[in-house]
Amino acid sequence: MAAKKTSATANVSAEELKKYYHDMLLIRRFEEKAGQLYGMGLIGGFCHLYIGQEAVVVGLEAAAEEGDKRITSYRDHGHMLACGMDANGVMAELTGREGGYSKGKGGSMHMFSKEKHFYGGHGIVGAQVPLGAGLAFADKYLDNKRVTFAYFGDGAANQGQVYETFNMAALWQLPVIFVVENNQYAMGTAQQRSTSSQEIYQRGIAFGIPGEAVDGMNVLAVKEASEKAVAHCRSGKGPYILEVKTYRYRGHSMSDPAKYRTREEVQKMRDERDPIENVRSMLLTGGHATEDELKAIDKQIKEVVNASAEFAKTSPEPALDELWTDIYA
Amino acid sequence: MATEILMPALSPTMEEGTLAKWLVKEGDTVSSGDIIAEIETDKATMEFEAVDEGVIGKILIAEGTENVKVNTPIAIMVEDGETVTDAPASAPVAAATPAAVAAAPAAAAAPAPIQVDNTPDWPEGTPVKQQTVREALRDAMAEEMRRDDTVYLMGEEVAEYQGAYKISQGMLDEFGSKRVIDTPITEHGFAGIAVGSAFAGLRPIVEFMTFNFAMQAIDHIINSAAKTLYMSGGQMGAPMVFRGPNGAAARVGAQHSQDYAAWYAQIPGLKVVMPYSASDYKGLMKTAIRDNNPVIFLENEILYGRSFDVPEIEDFTIPFGKARVWRQGTDVTIVSFGIGMQYALEAADKLAADGITAEVIDLRTLRPIDYDTVIASVMKTNRCVTVEEGWPVGSIGNHLSATIMERAFDYLDAPVINAGHDR
Repeated sequence: MAAKKTSATANVSAEELKKYYHDMLLIRRFEEKAGQLYGMGLIGGFCHLYIGQEAVVVGLEAAAEEGDKRITSYRDHGHMLACGMDANGVMAELTGREGGYSKGKGGSMHMFSKEKHFYGGHGIVGAQVPLGAGLAFADKYLDNKRVTFAYFGDGAANQGQVYETFNMAALWQLPVIFVVENNQYAMGTAQQRSTSSQEIYQRGIAFGIPGEAVDGMNVLAVKEASEKAVAHCRSGKGPYILEVKTYRYRGHSMSDPAKYRTREEVQKMRDERDPIENVRSMLLTGGHATEDELKAIDKQIKEVVNASAEFAKTSPEPALDELWTDIYA
Repeated sequence: MATEILMPALSPTMEEGTLAKWLVKEGDTVSSGDIIAEIETDKATMEFEAVDEGVIGKILIAEGTENVKVNTPIAIMVEDGETVTDAPASAPVAAATPAAVAAAPAAAAAPAPIQVDNTPDWPEGTPVKQQTVREALRDAMAEEMRRDDTVYLMGEEVAEYQGAYKISQGMLDEFGSKRVIDTPITEHGFAGIAVGSAFAGLRPIVEFMTFNFAMQAIDHIINSAAKTLYMSGGQMGAPMVFRGPNGAAARVGAQHSQDYAAWYAQIPGLKVVMPYSASDYKGLMKTAIRDNNPVIFLENEILYGRSFDVPEIEDFTIPFGKARVWRQGTDVTIVSFGIGMQYALEAADKLAADGITAEVIDLRTLRPIDYDTVIASVMKTNRCVTVEEGWPVGSIGNHLSATIMERAFDYLDAPVINAGHDR
């Protein structure tokens, strides 16, 4: 595929746009497959799907440089794929197999990659926020000009440790971007039922941390906002809050019947705001890609996802003595 | 090719469910994400989405059917233009084979002879100096910070104030504010930041003004620091030290007086140190800072000002998991650690006046514990008393009692006593 000179929008080339399409679609197809494997009993325990939120992490990653760090909660599959971790290793961790990123000992919620600077995968709501600031603390200590993306949800935004962290991150000018993935529901509790002030990005004002809200269903808007946030952090001005307004199509986890919202609400979002459809139509109407090109991308993704499922089924269960390893370094 | 649609597991515990309703009929075209059925589990009615596109070729399980086992084929999906009879259904994918059940542990064999490492902490004839626990701790931290640039000290009042208990006296001057860092009063937050920095390669020493305040931070100590190495399959952990005074001081009330030894000693992934003498404070702190795991270092405010012999050895370290026998005896073994040693040694003096010789063992580290030294001693004395400040239920003494029962039952002439009372 020859690189096209034409620009899809003022700041984005057709090649970049196609990459975002690819990366978002990979996450969606991967998650659909994970849901399928869960249904077959191949994935046990908890499994929180990222479907609907793909533009958030793909937009943020578009602004990252090599060596930048990321950390998130238990809804972590999308973040791992977006930062370049191998689909096979992620899927095999979901099935609890030896070939998984944590040798089958972490599961859906706990995966890590030193190579890709992905620091988990944390199951305690809000804990990744000070941990993420700690990654940034290390970068500042080592003076290596790296930034950290610390992702958390609208639910975690009500944890006290988030504000303890805001205080210290501002006090010590840590290069951390607090990314609030506001998907409007903390498990089954709608934001207006749990949160006194709806504009989470404004909660940094008390600490002198700049913040902004961005449309998380639009990958280009996310990318633009994250470039601004990254520039702020990398130049040594301290932390930044980016509230990304998004929506999850599926339940909180696989065992959530999602009765706290209507089917119409979900369908409306899928029909009108879907981040992948959005880019797809941008590519087609702008003449940046043909149907055939997009089909080829779809096909290639399907192959990657199917191969990951196959790997996740055939990779062996961890040996029993793995129960006793990795407890001490 | 036709594919079977299987009864899904819709919760971690679901084994069967009711196929409440079909929302599609044979011949319908579906695409990924379409809701095709409603399934009742033991706790809710769930929507079941198609994950592939195709045509519903045949419905195998009628709606309203109860007790449909997970992974039972409930319908067959075919490609456009295909019928069910055209293509045999592909074999359903087998569920994961559960791992074999662990073999029962082998029956306890007769106790093997125990080899106890009795080597002294420093060679005979080494010059020693009198030093307080406070000075020994500071020297240990400063030496390690000179040795390794990634070691830093963080906590409330550690820098400008020189430490709430003056442990870090002079350290700000020597290492600067980059490495000796005053924090706000926010234990949960700064413990989390320190753990994150350890994931990224630094070696933090986190001072808690008292371990009572560390209860605000215990989630990061246990869930983040202790468990990450395991959950990451060994990829990353938290090489760091959490330290500060623990247990009762003098007249400071119940909220400032708790002994957390048994709490932390219960956690796999942590190492736990609780020294008594200044030389142990020094040698074990240096080992703790170099250890690649999170170490809980439990100090004692009353001991800070006490002086002991400290060897004048460059780079003096003491390994974890090696108890120290303070006093040899043949009639009873007294096991303690931390400030409990003061009571244990005083008791041994009083017993000596009555002609009873007590062997007094300082465990020094509680994870790992030097069981062998205790067991070998009990085999010799046939009696054991444990002494600790912590409450007795679920205490270190309880655990030692059980271990002695398992490994030296036939050697006991009397029940093990755990000194302690909680009502």
